[in-house]
Amino acid sequence: MRGGSLWQLGQSITRRLAQSDKKPLSPRRYFASGADLKKTALYDFHVAHGGKMVPFAGWSMPIQYKDSIIDSTVNCRVNGSLFDVAHMCGLSLKGKDCVPFLETLVVADVAGLAPGTGSLTVFTNEKGGAIDDSVITKVTDEHIYLVVNAGCRDKDLAHIEEHMKAFKSKGGDVSWHIHDERSLLALQGPLAAPVLQHLTKEDLSKLYFGQFQILDINGSTCFLTRTGYTGEDGFEISVPSEHAVDLAKAILEKSEGKVRLTGLGARDSLRLEAGLCLYGNDMEQHITPVEAGLTWAIGKRRRADGGFLGADVILKQLQDGPTIRRVGFFSSGPPARSHSEVHDENGNKIGEITSGGFSPNLKKNVAMGYVKSGQHKNGTKVKILVRGKPYEGNITKMPFVATKYYKPS
Amino acid sequence: MALRMWASSTANALKLSSSASKSHLLPAFSISRCFSSVLEGLKYATSHEWVKHDGSVATVGITDHAQDHLGEVVFVELPEEKSSVSKEKNFGAVESVKATSEILSPISGEVIEVNTKLTDSPGLINSSPYEDGWMIKVKPSNPAELETLMGPKEYTKFCEEEDAAH
Repeated sequence: MRGGSLWQLGQSITRRLAQSDKKPLSPRRYFASGADLKKTALYDFHVAHGGKMVPFAGWSMPIQYKDSIIDSTVNCRVNGSLFDVAHMCGLSLKGKDCVPFLETLVVADVAGLAPGTGSLTVFTNEKGGAIDDSVITKVTDEHIYLVVNAGCRDKDLAHIEEHMKAFKSKGGDVSWHIHDERSLLALQGPLAAPVLQHLTKEDLSKLYFGQFQILDINGSTCFLTRTGYTGEDGFEISVPSEHAVDLAKAILEKSEGKVRLTGLGARDSLRLEAGLCLYGNDMEQHITPVEAGLTWAIGKRRRADGGFLGADVILKQLQDGPTIRRVGFFSSGPPARSHSEVHDENGNKIGEITSGGFSPNLKKNVAMGYVKSGQHKNGTKVKILVRGKPYEGNITKMPFVATKYYKPS
Repeated sequence: MALRMWASSTANALKLSSSASKSHLLPAFSISRCFSSVLEGLKYATSHEWVKHDGSVATVGITDHAQDHLGEVVFVELPEEKSSVSKEKNFGAVESVKATSEILSPISGEVIEVNTKLTDSPGLINSSPYEDGWMIKVKPSNPAELETLMGPKEYTKFCEEEDAAH
């Protein structure tokens, strides 16, 4: 066997494997010594529960536990999953001008968000490309809470800090606090709400998708957002790190074992099934939110007024249409992976896969990627090259698995 | 029935893993199983394939150690019957949820049979890597090649050393 360990999700190694002349990749190269990697508050808890720890974005994270990635992925949608996502970076922006400040950096209509609500957004660069995607929440008019990707932490914080300095030098009132004292847990699936309800007095049936609350859960003050990365109903819970293990234990106990600790392997399969982008694969510095199919995340007022980095590029794309678009694929044969070429039926290259794999819930291959506008309609038959051989596929809409977000009826 | 041989030092590791005070001896990365089965009567390649030589037919597959590290197999790509395979050259690929790996042939020869069950049930490689998960049957063109492969004890030691290096 040759191919080495591919536990890095969204990392450049997956690109090397898409190439036909693979160099033997010794697993050793990708495992830094234990001393180099950061550990979350749940590290020992993961190991005690049979977690297979791997390096991810500078952290030692569980890729899976005793159950297989496939079983874990299915269990999330049947019962529920608890993920340690404490490697992600949570921060608060505060001050009278925190809203207009953030609006210079993201495409969302932050001013238009009702207090206690949030949304997925994109931090853009001068060319309209994505620096990172993030879930932002307006807690109050003077407090915004946001979560950014672990792999982009340093880049995002440097970017925000640079712009904050400039903004303040012009008299703007904004400051930040990075929540390294807190740990983020994600609880997803049909049992997420019933289980969490056992641990809080607040009525969770009144907290809808995208909404936020600061409340007591299991005896500590938590930031709770009804959101996630799986397409299921669920929550992201920011808990003081010293209470993270107790909260994880309580959640697992209240579910009587139905909610399982779930690792990054299943998390990736779940988000792929839900048609959600993985920054670093499906979204990068050179891809705009319009191309990525996230036009809905650009606030209406922002589409008219701009005022964020790269607005000229994005507004033009909204007018003329982008030249490439993100679409979903089904395919036969081996799963299509990142950087597999997409051809039309006549063998002309029309695009490229950016993420793909076997869907445990659908039991078929699913993938997402970019194709030339004009070739992007659902049903379009394509050929996807895997290891040099073409396999039949077709373009399809996403999500692949229907979402179950908790919304008012 | 084939004999199963457990790697003796990894059996010791099992004792260690239940004792919290000895946790400093565990590798930085926990492994879900402390041992894989290695069968007597088979030969092994450093690239984790096994060969069972039975007169004029050699059966090839990947080892328990390999399938354990790979994870659940979702797709297997195998050669056609009558194609030829060469020692240490790629003859196919095995894909798990997260990884793709080439499979290298431990011997040279002509492919006389391919395990077509693996098309619909690639998971046989995980559940039965040495029996139902066999991949190809080869008519060896150079039986002397078998001498260059590892025996069960050597292979077990090889796996231990490879895992310890992580």
